[in-house]
Amino acid sequence: MSDGDSSDKDRGAPRRWAEGGPERLYVVTGGRNRPAERVALDLVALIVARGAPGPGAHPEQAAILRMCTNPLSVAEISAYLSLPASMVSVLVGDLIDGGQVEVRAPASAAALPQAAVLEAVIDGLSRI
Amino acid sequence: MRTGPPEEDTLSASTMAAVKVVIVGGFGVGKTTLVGSVSEIRPLTTEETMTQASVGVDELAGVESKTETTVAMDFGRISLNEELVLYLFGTPGQERFWFLWKGLFEGALGAVVLIDTRRLEVSFDVLGRLEERGVPFIVAVNTFPEAPKYPLEEIRAALDLPEPVPIVECDARDRADCRDTLLILMRYLYSLTVATTRER
Ligand SMILES: Nc1nc2c(ncn2[C@@H]2O[C@H](COP(=O)(O)OP(=O)(O)OP(=O)(O)O)[C@@H](O)[C@H]2O)c(=O)[nH]1
Ligand SMILES: [Mg+2]
Repeated sequence: MSDGDSSDKDRGAPRRWAEGGPERLYVVTGGRNRPAERVALDLVALIVARGAPGPGAHPEQAAILRMCTNPLSVAEISAYLSLPASMVSVLVGDLIDGGQVEVRAPASAAALPQAAVLEAVIDGLSRI
Repeated sequence: MRTGPPEEDTLSASTMAAVKVVIVGGFGVGKTTLVGSVSEIRPLTTEETMTQASVGVDELAGVESKTETTVAMDFGRISLNEELVLYLFGTPGQERFWFLWKGLFEGALGAVVLIDTRRLEVSFDVLGRLEERGVPFIVAVNTFPEAPKYPLEEIRAALDLPEPVPIVECDARDRADCRDTLLILMRYLYSLTVATTRER
């Protein structure tokens, strides 16, 4: 890694696996962190919690539910939890299965016509 | 455990969809600077563990060995309107990871290839790979004061860049410059979309 990358890291979250190591997370995700078994969520899929975490929720999933009262991308969840995006994808996948979160698909995956999306992007960028 | 975005970095509840753009370029070319210049949030870092089949003795022995590497990527965000948000991802400096990162280019609207005229050669490979994958891109020349100045058309020729692909100058530290670069990418993408629609 370059100097640039290490300075990026310094600005980032606390060290990885600070709380219990990857083994514990493996337990949390039931060891299903394999891409073939579930379609990975896009980095910019927006996650919105449908409610507060229940008493038995795993800490990571409870944290996701708490931070997603408003929409938040998988990439942002990954950054705030200091977890790889693929791991977040698995954790969120379980929340989707449990009906605890709603997913707002990326515009590119939605049925929106590309030209309309681009017009909106151009409009929005012109105003910043 | 971290608790999520600070109040001011919360997305509007009405946000319905997101789009993404990838900023690629070699070591220290200004990717993080560009993302930071236009982002409405302090840039964040996401990471991914990448598995690579390693080449060497093991391969000769017919045994495939795998190496795991954690790669970090910084990103920023621009809310475009009440319903749509744009994310900008800056690739890590090491090119060999750019295309290993599953889901980075998938679904991206397009890419900005940032280049430094002192190290044009690092861009050759990525331009080819983007073309191969059908990821539309523009080229932005980061105008470092120490770097030699060349006319853009000379750089276009050196990169063997097809005529319709825009090439622009951009100071990655300048917010307006970065916004304009993104606008040029979007207008180019729009022209491609309209052209495809007409062909049908
Ligand atoms: N003069 C000048 N300096 C710049 C410009 N863009 C970036 N820099 C400087 O160049 C250095 C590297 O910029 P970064 O934005 O970290 O580059 P990067 O592409 O993210 O680097 P890596 O992630 O390490 O590959 C920093 O010290 C920036 O301040 C520019 O347009 N002009
Ligand atoms: Mg960087």
